[in-house]
Amino acid sequence: MGMEGIGARVERKEDKRFITGKGRYTDDMVVPGMKHAHFVRSPHAHASIRNIDTSTAMKMPGVIGVLAGDELASDGIGSLICGWMIHSKDGSPMNMGDWRPLAQTKVRYVGDAVAVVVADTKAQARDAAEAVIVDYDVLPAVTEAVDALKDGAPLIHDNAPGNLIYDWEIGDSAAVDAAIAGAAHVTRLDLVNNRLVPNAMEPRAALGHYDEGEDHYTCWTTSQNPHVARLVMSAFYNVAPENKLRVIAPDVGGGFGSKIYIYPEEIVCLWASKKTGVPVKWVADRTESFLTDAHGRDHVTTIQMAFDADNKMLAVKADTIANLGAYMSLFSSVVPTFLHAILYSGQYVIPAIHCNMRTVYTNTAPVDAYRGAGRPETTFALERVVETAARELGISPAELRRKNYIREFPYQTPVILCYDSGNYEASLDAAMTAADYNGFPGRKAEAEARGMKRGIGMSSYIEACGIAPSAAVGSLGAGVGLWESAEVRVNAVGTIEVLTGSHSHGQGHETTFAQLVAQRFGVGIDSVSIVHGDTDKVQMGMGTYGSRSGAVGMSAVVKALDKVEAKAKKIAAHLMEADEADIVIEGGQVKVAGTDKALGWHEVSLNAYTAHNLPDGMEPGLKEGAFFDPTNFSFPAGCHICEVEVDPETGKTEIVQFVAADDFGNIINPMVVEGQVHGGVAQGIGQALLEGTHYDPETGQLLTASYMDYTMPRADDLPGYTVSNTVTPATTNPLGIKGCGEAGAIGAPPAVINAITDAIGNNDLAMPATPQRVWAALRSAQ
Amino acid sequence: MTTVSMTVNGRTVSGQCEDRTLLVQFIRENLGLTGTHVGCDTSQCGACVVHVDGKAVKSCTMLAAQANGSEVMTIEGLASGGDLHPVQAAFREHHGLQCGFCTPGMIMSAVDMINRYGGQLDEKTVRAELEGNICRCTGYHNIVKAILDAASKMGDGARVAAE
Amino acid sequence: MYATNYHRASSVEDAVNLVSTSDEARFLSGGQTLLPTMKQRLAAPSDLVDLRHVAAMKGISVSDGSIRIGAATTHAEVAGSSEIAKACPGLAHLAAHIGDPHVRHMGTIGGSIANNDPAADYPAGLMALNATIVTNTRSISADDFFTGMFETALDDGELVVAVEITAPAKCGYAKFPNPASRYAMTGVFVAKHGDGSVRVAVTGAGSDGVFRHQAMEQALAQNFSAEALSGVAVDDSDLMADIHASSAYRANLVKVMAKRAVTAAG
Repeated sequence: MGMEGIGARVERKEDKRFITGKGRYTDDMVVPGMKHAHFVRSPHAHASIRNIDTSTAMKMPGVIGVLAGDELASDGIGSLICGWMIHSKDGSPMNMGDWRPLAQTKVRYVGDAVAVVVADTKAQARDAAEAVIVDYDVLPAVTEAVDALKDGAPLIHDNAPGNLIYDWEIGDSAAVDAAIAGAAHVTRLDLVNNRLVPNAMEPRAALGHYDEGEDHYTCWTTSQNPHVARLVMSAFYNVAPENKLRVIAPDVGGGFGSKIYIYPEEIVCLWASKKTGVPVKWVADRTESFLTDAHGRDHVTTIQMAFDADNKMLAVKADTIANLGAYMSLFSSVVPTFLHAILYSGQYVIPAIHCNMRTVYTNTAPVDAYRGAGRPETTFALERVVETAARELGISPAELRRKNYIREFPYQTPVILCYDSGNYEASLDAAMTAADYNGFPGRKAEAEARGMKRGIGMSSYIEACGIAPSAAVGSLGAGVGLWESAEVRVNAVGTIEVLTGSHSHGQGHETTFAQLVAQRFGVGIDSVSIVHGDTDKVQMGMGTYGSRSGAVGMSAVVKALDKVEAKAKKIAAHLMEADEADIVIEGGQVKVAGTDKALGWHEVSLNAYTAHNLPDGMEPGLKEGAFFDPTNFSFPAGCHICEVEVDPETGKTEIVQFVAADDFGNIINPMVVEGQVHGGVAQGIGQALLEGTHYDPETGQLLTASYMDYTMPRADDLPGYTVSNTVTPATTNPLGIKGCGEAGAIGAPPAVINAITDAIGNNDLAMPATPQRVWAALRSAQ
Repeated sequence: MTTVSMTVNGRTVSGQCEDRTLLVQFIRENLGLTGTHVGCDTSQCGACVVHVDGKAVKSCTMLAAQANGSEVMTIEGLASGGDLHPVQAAFREHHGLQCGFCTPGMIMSAVDMINRYGGQLDEKTVRAELEGNICRCTGYHNIVKAILDAASKMGDGARVAAE
Repeated sequence: MYATNYHRASSVEDAVNLVSTSDEARFLSGGQTLLPTMKQRLAAPSDLVDLRHVAAMKGISVSDGSIRIGAATTHAEVAGSSEIAKACPGLAHLAAHIGDPHVRHMGTIGGSIANNDPAADYPAGLMALNATIVTNTRSISADDFFTGMFETALDDGELVVAVEITAPAKCGYAKFPNPASRYAMTGVFVAKHGDGSVRVAVTGAGSDGVFRHQAMEQALAQNFSAEALSGVAVDDSDLMADIHASSAYRANLVKVMAKRAVTAAG
């Protein structure tokens, strides 16, 4: 590894602008003549719209336009779609309800967009929005998935009887039932995986600009995948053909999944710009984000795990109801199925697995992928049931896991996935050593003497990242391919631009992608620029989510680098009259091995562009593109251990240590990877301890719609983290990368709850384990 | 409409705005200094923290008119010449930022914290003092590390006169 | 927020005159509650009268156990005052834990008590300390000043100018914050006065705002120790319940925080 190559702890190039206030986010963009949008939103969870009266609002100061759904429909703007088809077990397709960008006849959750006001200032737009009179006929609402399935529940979409979207299953139900019936021991848990609000610190925003002269649209937006946004807005929402629509995702202030999807606001801003003749900017306030960003999780699960007399796992059976909210968001259907159910083997040899999944409409915000997306739900259920089983069986949780780990690879699970590599015991051992697991009884006794209850818990998680290959996901219902693209442009002077379809919104791609180039050619990362986030610059890409940018996006860069390297070597061999096979590139030099013949990298690139002396038939230039479509998912895995102290008087939990030992395969920049783990763990601890989303069950009002009521993890809620890595390289991409973005959010919640339940001696504890809940659980345990 | 004048990052500026204009709006929209961000509506996230008359405040919870006549420093005014402020440098060195959105407020808070505590900060104090700054990316670990490192490098000399 | 008109007062008289020009005018002190409320369009004052430049309302003076804090004194100034730390350490501790550092740089004692948020800290402190609230027209005892949730004895246009406290023999404050907002979910201020009497005031928990807990006061007057509270029952029937804490949990917190406040008082 060089100073800036693969494996180097390189400071981030992008930081300069962020630490000096020079980042450029969507809300920082100003276009001449730009005006401001405010959305009129439903105050009701469920209502029919009788009439929308915009006449008063139109006369308000500064107002340029007030637009509603009928006009949008008559202009041919399409409905929002879910891009992954799931079929129920009876073969019927999922029941996708109509989601209009501006509701016309019915609103289905508090925050549903009904109309938009465009005015000179933000304040004037909001003033006028309050003057839009919408006549609602309020209908009964339902917010919990279990309630929505009950007879007599309010019907949310006419084409989804019983509010059921699909009833899907995977695995061998009969084999699982037989194994449970014959088991020496069965552990059963009823669990809720709490609904979360992603809360990227930058609220969503969009700036739509229709250029009449060019008949061309530009959309600056807070997106994790601008190309997907352009594709969907063009192909499905009929905003504009792709060649007439440029989508730019500039600096984006965090995503965590919530900025994957195409929401009504960017569609409406583009359309409204054409309607009003002015560029239209919309920026969500925080409460608007709480109401309308796609939420995460919200599963209700019954899980059973069966063991033989030797404590070997025989079967897992999971029955889950997932709340998808009022409408099916872009990838909402795949999260509970192919990102969740197929992970039920965990790190274990389990001969029989079955998962049944019912997804349901409710009068709540749409639910889609949020950091981890399905895998935290699986891991929570599995790792809670394993820890519980260990307690019931009277053996140590570590030993029960150790006894059942998969040890031979590749390993074909009973539920589709085939794990290519891993070493789960190595992670467990590393975590237990780092946590001084064996010293816990002493620490517990010491805490007891201070009147505190101390507990320890672990989780051995696995996840599937870099979801692929495209042909396979297509056969499972995906509407898109899941490859990535890259283009490497070597300039005449030897500097390099890498164009990628991955999108960085905190992950540090401008540095880590450049490290690949530094490694390959020995050039400094300052001479490498990463270009991303603009559909006019990068031809196509699938964006950043699901921990895919390393395993898939970087692999595309590697493929393009291979082609550039091959051509550069041909040119150099020709110039130095050497054999192509003898050419090596290192330290910014192109050399003939075993001789003192060498050219500077810039001399080779300059020759490529002067084209005065190229091999016969070679095209000038040094620029290559590549697409990479992996042959399989990658499978990051690891072991997290959490140790807590609970104050029995108040129920308050303090995390006294958190250890993560992760296997992400090979690592490009350890500093960046550690940062990803820290952030993921913080979100996992947030889910376990702090973050609860509450809708009023009667009115459907979101009760946790600001930081006054939704508990965001703050610095004094969290510990420092002890993180380390074990490495088994992935075999399905050229870099051996597995992915690191989601592991923390996946591994942490069960480790935290396992620790608290250990401390308080009561296994019945819901997330978030707030002081009140822990206090109540302590009392009922006494 | 009202006319407000203030010194921002050492430069005297004035502008017209509605009385209801928040300081953060004035900074971002009138002055074009977009490094100061807005992340919430309830004065909790701290993305908007600037210094007014030497003290860290939330510019989303102050009217521009209230700052009339004051000295304001934003993230853009922190580096002197081409040299990063030690807190800025420490955030980069310790990877105390990811998406960068909370970062300007974090850094302005950190500078204020070090102004008040000098080199005497410890981890617990830093975490408590960050109550008014929310980060969703970093899990705070490296932010805390960066602030402690900057504080120790700046030493007690960094501490400004007690209030 | 809705449109409003800003005025900067130069003196107490100026402030009172300015606010009297409109029925919908409001004093603006630190603004850390009023401005967020206005941003959410839950308040719409026609005029705001800024008090931050009224010199007579600023500053702290302590002499012979008499403490006077100007109403426009910020939480940071109270928290950082060595005189307050010496004469009334519980109050310094309380001020140091209101909101966050940025809020403490702006928020003021006068603004806090005039708003009387049921989860604010100062009302508990002033009630337990038997403070006197000085306005532009009169003096009001804390017991009489705080009349219910967001309600005070202030007349329209009446302005809090200062708070006066006689330094107690001992005092302490313990707060259990709401995990999300960090306001007090329960905060208890305990003060033992020079005459041997004890006052215990509770914020964040009562369904009608700050209140005194007589049974605890009696128990502590007999024996000023945390153990003395063990036998005292806290009735949850008048306590708040919300998604963060049931009334039963708050009742538990009242007792636990009271004990910790006594311990903190030393």
